[in-house]
Amino acid sequence: MEWDWEFVWEIMPMLLAGVRITILATILGSALAAVVGLVIVIARRSANRAVSRTVGFLAEFIRGTPLLVQLYFIFYVLPDIGILLPPLLAGVIGLGLHYGTYTAEVYRAGIENLPRGQWEAAKACNLTPVQTWIHVVMPQAIPPMIPALANYFIAMFKETPLLSAITVLELMNQAKSVANSSYRYIEPITLVGVFFLVISLISVIGLRWLEKRFGRVA
Amino acid sequence: MVLAGEIGVVQPIIKVDRISKNFGAFQCLNELSFEVAPGEKIALIGPSGSGKTTILRILMTLETINSGHIEVDGDQLYHVERNGQLVAADEAHLHRMRQKIGMVFQLFNLFPHKSVLDNVTLAPILTKKMKRADAERRGMELLDMVGMADKAKAMPAQLSGGQKQRVAIARALALSPKIMLFDEVTSALDPELVEEVLNVMRKLAAETDMTMLLVTHEMSFANDFADRILFFDGGRIVEEGKPGEIFRHPKQERTQAFLKKIIAAGQRI
Repeated sequence: MEWDWEFVWEIMPMLLAGVRITILATILGSALAAVVGLVIVIARRSANRAVSRTVGFLAEFIRGTPLLVQLYFIFYVLPDIGILLPPLLAGVIGLGLHYGTYTAEVYRAGIENLPRGQWEAAKACNLTPVQTWIHVVMPQAIPPMIPALANYFIAMFKETPLLSAITVLELMNQAKSVANSSYRYIEPITLVGVFFLVISLISVIGLRWLEKRFGRVA
Repeated sequence: MVLAGEIGVVQPIIKVDRISKNFGAFQCLNELSFEVAPGEKIALIGPSGSGKTTILRILMTLETINSGHIEVDGDQLYHVERNGQLVAADEAHLHRMRQKIGMVFQLFNLFPHKSVLDNVTLAPILTKKMKRADAERRGMELLDMVGMADKAKAMPAQLSGGQKQRVAIARALALSPKIMLFDEVTSALDPELVEEVLNVMRKLAAETDMTMLLVTHEMSFANDFADRILFFDGGRIVEEGKPGEIFRHPKQERTQAFLKKIIAAGQRI
């Protein structure tokens, strides 16, 4: 077994194309997770019991089952009822739904940590509910959430190789196809690890900065 | 200033009519009724758990009621008339009614992410659609009145408790309410900071004709400040009268027992 630099340069363009898809899936998945989490939190706070219970149950269900199973379901089972999704879109939906249930918990904790007196002061100032959310609740609740949200962002990034199971040509899938056609595994799979490590490390540095910047409220 | 004896001549600005409030099995207010004349300064005293803070919170619509009616400035607070019948008020009605009432809290509840001046101007800009420049001019006047104009740019975390509470008073005044509610506003303060807040309230009482309701454990302040004292126990008013009557010649046994305890704890009245 020998490391072949020439082979490395040869496969690099394909791997970089995979990196692009991996990053794209992570960013789109995070954006969707941020929105899904918000919808879950609002629905669970709803005064309508049927809404809050149903959404609560669905969120627990999604969080309690593996992402891989959900991806298979979205990509291979939904076509049976006529919903045919392109691989990347199916993957982004899977990531967004799955991680949305986690971001919902982050939002919930952030909102519940706000002292009751802040809601009461907003009411005594006669702010409307919408004004209260925009000017009092969110500016205080969001900064402490940022480190936890960034953590899930990195976790999601490291789970994107699962998308190879539904034919998304992300980094892992590109490496596998290179390996399968050339019968060389050491370079492509090592490079996958290196790419993930480098991007994770950069993200962790960013995360530490975010923690310092937003972790503690003055 | 309107004294207790004149009620009945003047239309009351607050009319609490047989209000009951339960927290689970605990009956906090038990068919509580009282009236307040415009401009009157009222001190609510009594043992903890007697319901005095709860009635302030109900007047600010921070709690719901189980039964009874409240009239504020001629309108029902928790009810609206529909087809000749009183039905529970919606949020829009409560929003209109809250314009008449301001509240200062025991724990200040300043918005920690906003500067002192922004704390004072937020509500006028949002709820009264006041222009920022106008709101800031008025905000500075109010901060000046409470002696906090030099801290307008400071953040709440940089202030002492007494300073925070003075800002909170300015914030409540910024909406020009007809009625101000003060809920144990000096209880969370270090003893040396109590006087600066009480001085602001004295000034306010002397310079404005606002109706003021105050829950307090500071009996000597209640004595100077209030036109009338309401003594609460068990969710009802047990005794009421001018400070001189309540503090020097309490008639009810429970009032006497309460005042005895207060004096034993070292307070002068």
